[in-house]
Amino acid sequence: MQDRSNWDWDPGKRVVLDTAKCSEGVQWMEELHVSPDGETAAAICCTDEAEFGICVNGDFGEDRYEKAICPTFTPEGKYVALVSQDMEWYVSVDRELWPEGYGFLWNIMVNGGGVAVAVQQDMQYGMCVNGETWENLYDNANNFTFGPDGKSVAAAVQVEPMGQAEIFKFQSGIFSVAVNGEPWKEQFVNVYTPVFSDDCASVACQVRRSLYDYTIAVDGKVWNKNYNCVWEPVFKPGTKDVFAPVRIAGKWGMAANGELQWENKWTQLWQPQFSKDGKNLWAIGATGFGKFTVVKNNAPWSVTFPVVTDLVLSHDGEKAAAIAKKSGDKYTLVVNGSAWAGDYDMIFPPVFSPDGTKVGCVAEKNGKYNILVNGKPCGESFDRAFTPAFSPDSAKVLVKGVSGTEYSRSVLDATGF
Amino acid sequence: MKESKFDRKIDDIGLKEGIAKLTPEKIQQTFQKFMDSEAGAKLRVYHETCVRCGMCSEACHFFVSHDGDPSYSPVGKVTQTMNVLINKKGRVDAEFVYKCAQIAYTECNLCRRCMHYCPLGIDTGYIMSMVRRFCHLLGVTPQYIQDTAHSHSATFNQMWVKDDEWPDALLWQEEEARDEFPNLRIPLDVVGADIMYSVIGPEPKFRTQLIYQAAAILHEAGVNWTMPSLPGWDNSDMAMYTGDFEMMGRLKRAHFECAQNLKVKKVVMGECGHAFRSVYDMGNRWCGWDNYPVEVVHSIEFFAYLLRTGMIKMKTKFPGPVTIHDPCNIIRGRGLMDELRFVAHEIAEEVIEMTPNREYNYCCCAGGGVINCGPPFKNVRVKGNKAKAIQLRGVKEKGVSTVISPCHNCHGGLEDIIHGYELGMDLKFLGDIIYEHMEKTKAVE
Ligand code: SF4
Ligand code: SF4
Ligand code: SF4
Repeated sequence: MQDRSNWDWDPGKRVVLDTAKCSEGVQWMEELHVSPDGETAAAICCTDEAEFGICVNGDFGEDRYEKAICPTFTPEGKYVALVSQDMEWYVSVDRELWPEGYGFLWNIMVNGGGVAVAVQQDMQYGMCVNGETWENLYDNANNFTFGPDGKSVAAAVQVEPMGQAEIFKFQSGIFSVAVNGEPWKEQFVNVYTPVFSDDCASVACQVRRSLYDYTIAVDGKVWNKNYNCVWEPVFKPGTKDVFAPVRIAGKWGMAANGELQWENKWTQLWQPQFSKDGKNLWAIGATGFGKFTVVKNNAPWSVTFPVVTDLVLSHDGEKAAAIAKKSGDKYTLVVNGSAWAGDYDMIFPPVFSPDGTKVGCVAEKNGKYNILVNGKPCGESFDRAFTPAFSPDSAKVLVKGVSGTEYSRSVLDATGF
Repeated sequence: MKESKFDRKIDDIGLKEGIAKLTPEKIQQTFQKFMDSEAGAKLRVYHETCVRCGMCSEACHFFVSHDGDPSYSPVGKVTQTMNVLINKKGRVDAEFVYKCAQIAYTECNLCRRCMHYCPLGIDTGYIMSMVRRFCHLLGVTPQYIQDTAHSHSATFNQMWVKDDEWPDALLWQEEEARDEFPNLRIPLDVVGADIMYSVIGPEPKFRTQLIYQAAAILHEAGVNWTMPSLPGWDNSDMAMYTGDFEMMGRLKRAHFECAQNLKVKKVVMGECGHAFRSVYDMGNRWCGWDNYPVEVVHSIEFFAYLLRTGMIKMKTKFPGPVTIHDPCNIIRGRGLMDELRFVAHEIAEEVIEMTPNREYNYCCCAGGGVINCGPPFKNVRVKGNKAKAIQLRGVKEKGVSTVISPCHNCHGGLEDIIHGYELGMDLKFLGDIIYEHMEKTKAVE
């Protein structure tokens, strides 16, 4: 994580880039991405026929590629993209290429200061982490995950070949989990959503043991119960305990290490998330058909909505915010069980201030984008805006947006909200 | 007569090996559990309500195509399957399960035409889908559709398209299309775009020209759109048709989460019928949403919008008369018959209707997963739709040689009928004609 105390928190607005510098003389400029501190703005541009460059704060550098895709900034502010040259794909980090070229690359993941990506080489599949490719590649790989240490990775991998429509072979279990390239010896019909423990020493995932039996496997060992369906598991921080939503008799509950902890009374229950101290377990749940809400330690908020997404916790894990879609395709943000006033055409994922007293997000209405803090507009409207950030003392908010061709970052007082 | 006697049994390895593992106890226990925990109440009501009047018979293309053989009528199919299961409380033999599976998976398209003719509103398509669910729970499913369900489970698409092959196909089509439209982009993963365009598995695998055409139309219309680069892009759902509802829910969750993560306002779907049923009716509801969590618009509605607003203008119209095949899932199931006709009249010089049409149209006989049951059942499927062949021949005699249908499965089914009955007609998607005949202001001269 970038140390926010080093960011420029001097109040006021600063224009960082006139995007015309990127778009002038090129065939087209793609979407602008900005670094978390707002100091760097970058975009892929088609500079000529079948020629692409990466424009960073108006500078194109010298390198050109046959194609560049999937750009993103890491939390530390590195600009990562996938680029192709001479029919091979490379990872570009701050416009420096990792040495090895691949048949194809996709799914950039960033965590713990590292970068990982899914790779295909000679029709074999695996991962490359911080420039190092797995020694073992597989007939297929998907469901990639990247651990919080910025080094450990895992994926569902196909460990046995299968011919066309060999349905019984498939049902015998030809998938496993590869952790840092090494497969578990256990095989399953399907493997979904592997996840690391916080020390990255263990991996848990959903497994399908037959067409009808789903459960959770931890380091290859399955829970002693099967379920009609399960969703993504999560480790309790600081422990090896694994929690996951499980479906029993058509209703969802939460199990820990194979034992039901939350009674199976939920119409839906997914996206479990622990507070960092492991005290609170949160999830998105539905108390009835079309009645979605947020659940904290098995207790729902009192409000329900047709759709709830993007559950985000405060730093201490005591509070939460989530996006709710209301009827009429309008959106709002719900914080600690209370919906913000006003309807928006879209709400983007929220962030909490470090002290947990404020929540900010981007909201769009009639094509104009605003930063909202605790439900009120903060600063100007933009043609496009980026996720805001609060200062370490929670007193200021960094607002980033584009108006016309002008990309600016502004530090505003956040105490009045 | 033993309940399992069945003189039209077709050899299928999935069904054969599936029943080899069954015991009478397993069949009976599975049926009991299925009735107690899943569908018992509704099925019993239908079972007790049906007065065997036979008014549904003529509604079914299988019955009509098999010269009125009552065993192909909707009520006949229920009588041979679910009614026996209910009456015998699941005490049937393994051969009977084979028969149930063959009837439910390959002799009913779940097209729901018969429901419109039943004075009591009995939904035989639903009953047949529950027979399929029971067969799925016993592991008795035709090989090829089961393989498709496996593909869904392992890759989240129906064609075993690997994670990299999808974005690679999009980049390839983007490059191809750029020869015609120099600034065309297929924008990947653009968060906050207005529209996510979604397709079904066969498009990147066999029908990449449809991606090209859609990109050309969206580019010409100036739409703010995107496509996801990661799994969840495929909106299709054969698991819904094998009766694997847990997998159906997993697929729909992945699909809608793609759209939710991209923060798009709408998902525009390519021209597919069954996928629409899965996203707006079945898969979404399994997840607990009472409607779709992100608005889903079928291509018919989207093209109608583009034409009405002038975002797309036709330079010429398709010459010569066309006819319309109404896909059940979006016409009978969703009511888009007027929009489909609006688009057809906008893009073609003349439209000559088949009769019956709109919500009374006969199914193509491919839908409901029947075509996905593969080669063993192909001849029977084609034979099972003489009714459609007669309809098509009727318009052919009026000079129509082009059939429009905005559904992939319908194309598959109609292609086989056109070939099998030597009708010599062409099939078109709406997008084929729009792409060929629209004004291309952004294309090179
Ligand atoms: S029309 Fe309805 S009541 Fe009559 S036989 Fe058919 S399903 Fe039964
Ligand atoms: S194919 Fe259609 S009309 Fe025939 S029984 Fe099935 S749902 Fe009814
Ligand atoms: S394939 Fe087409 S006509 Fe046939 S059931 Fe599906 S939507 Fe209906």
